[in-house]
Amino acid sequence: MSNVGREAIFPTRQSLAVMKSKLKGAETGHSLLKRKSEALTKRFREITRKLKQAKLKMGQVLQVAAFAFAEVNFQMGGDIAYQIQESAKNSRVQLKTRLENVSGVFLPAFDLGTVEGKDDFALTGLGRGGQKVKQTRETYTRATEVLVELASLQTAFVLLDEVIKTVNRRVNAIEHVIIPRTENTIKYINSELDELDREEFYRLKKVANKKAQDIAAEDAVRRERKLVEGELNDEQDTGPADMLKTDDDDDVIF
Amino acid sequence: MLYHNASHGFIDGVVRGYLNQLLTSANYQNLTQCQSIDDMKLQLGPTYGDFLSSLPPGPTTSALQERITEKFIQNFMYLKANSNGTLRKFLEYITYGYMIDNIALLITGTLHDRDIKELMDRTHPLGKFEAMPVLSIATNVEELYNSVLIETPLAPYFKGSLSHQDLDTLNIEIVKETLYKNYLEDFYQWINSNSETAGTASAEDVSGFLQFEADRRAINITLNSFDTELTKPQRTKLYASIGKLYPDGTTLLSRADDVDGVVLACQGVPAYQAALESAGMGGGPLGGLGNQAGGMGGGIRNLDELLYQREMEISKLAFTQEFSLAIFYAWVKLQEQEVRNVVWIAECISQNQRERINNFISVLE
Repeated sequence: MSNVGREAIFPTRQSLAVMKSKLKGAETGHSLLKRKSEALTKRFREITRKLKQAKLKMGQVLQVAAFAFAEVNFQMGGDIAYQIQESAKNSRVQLKTRLENVSGVFLPAFDLGTVEGKDDFALTGLGRGGQKVKQTRETYTRATEVLVELASLQTAFVLLDEVIKTVNRRVNAIEHVIIPRTENTIKYINSELDELDREEFYRLKKVANKKAQDIAAEDAVRRERKLVEGELNDEQDTGPADMLKTDDDDDVIF
Repeated sequence: MLYHNASHGFIDGVVRGYLNQLLTSANYQNLTQCQSIDDMKLQLGPTYGDFLSSLPPGPTTSALQERITEKFIQNFMYLKANSNGTLRKFLEYITYGYMIDNIALLITGTLHDRDIKELMDRTHPLGKFEAMPVLSIATNVEELYNSVLIETPLAPYFKGSLSHQDLDTLNIEIVKETLYKNYLEDFYQWINSNSETAGTASAEDVSGFLQFEADRRAINITLNSFDTELTKPQRTKLYASIGKLYPDGTTLLSRADDVDGVVLACQGVPAYQAALESAGMGGGPLGGLGNQAGGMGGGIRNLDELLYQREMEISKLAFTQEFSLAIFYAWVKLQEQEVRNVVWIAECISQNQRERINNFISVLE
């Protein structure tokens, strides 16, 4: 806490007010971000759980699908992959994307759309194995669904992971850097201001002292001058006794 | 028939030898117990040793399939090389079926401007024909039709039923089925009119196979065409005019709108009806599940599997006949099924889905 330093700012009352409002803002932001991070983390956990399920499911479904394909080969007695590849003209399965808003984070979500209409290879295996081909296609359609779901979750997972990291970094930054620094700055400004106050007081005191001294000195000077003047007067009046001069000297009457 | 042994005796013997090499139920039982494809390699050793020895450890199923098919092709080529006369023609006829698949593949490729070399790797080796590499010169469908397809043995099957515009506009599966229909009819015609085979056991057995194939295709086409762009008149054109379902059954099939219609059409032939019923179609009692011979406790079999099963049984029976060309056809079918079976078991093992491992079709004891 002590190493966060403080902001380079002149310790004035105005900047103190700025700092105080900054601190307040930081605290509000902190609590908001914290809440966001919690919401995202909750979502993240949920996705992780679903992701695990989807992955396990994918394993099973793909296994079933691969096996169904093996069955087709068993019945057709040949590789039909090429024929299917060539006869497919339009995609029957299409990927649709939409955006999902999770506490301000836009996550892409994928949906599977099946285009209704003509089958491009409905006739594959017309002579033999057509039923199986159909079944296999259904199996693979299901497998594609699972894959799409998985892709959706995985993308969300990666994105959320990043966002949560950023948000947490911000929360921590606010908590451990910005707030202490602002507090430090406020403390600094306060102490500086106090110091200034004290200085001012001291200065005033000094000034008062000085003034008092000055006044005292002045008084002394004046008094002295007065004294000298008095002496002079005295010299005039009561100068050394003039023996010769005897003026209306009261008679001494005993 | 009198000269069968004189002209084809050796090859007849060889193919019966091949039959004995095919995997039996006991072999399959051992295969299903394997833990890995390497184990399978070991189990397949006696039959396929030479072909599997060059496989690296832990091979993929497709590599395994490739090697096994290689042996099949080599055996077939040996038969073909040592045959003459009618038998040679007969073996060529067998390869036409594979050629149709290859042609379909090449047409698809040409339509989409694919590299012909890439396509060549995907063709079935049995269906390769001399003019195939030349296909690369054809850049559009019209050229392909006029200069290349005309030179192939399949040209007669194109003539009259498909024009070059059709290749462009029709779905390739329809083209394929049209060709196949013409092929089956031609084959049937040939085996029953050829001076050497007409009226013999060969004609009878081979006709049986062809009829079965025609019926199977008719049923499958009907079942698979529901809810597709294939219209009824188009569909009707794809039914071969041979087979036990022809003409009554196919007429009914051409009208069928749903599975019930198919079941109705097949009522004339108990074998198909039974197959449809045990495949769980047509509301028949769901009995007979998985207790088909060779099923060994598998789950519900679908129609395709049941029909394969039936084909295998016919094939097995064909070997009881002497002096018949049908055994060659039967051997090809059995061998083909064996490749499929081994690949299936390998897939089950490599994908760790053992519960269905017994779904292979084995008829040999």
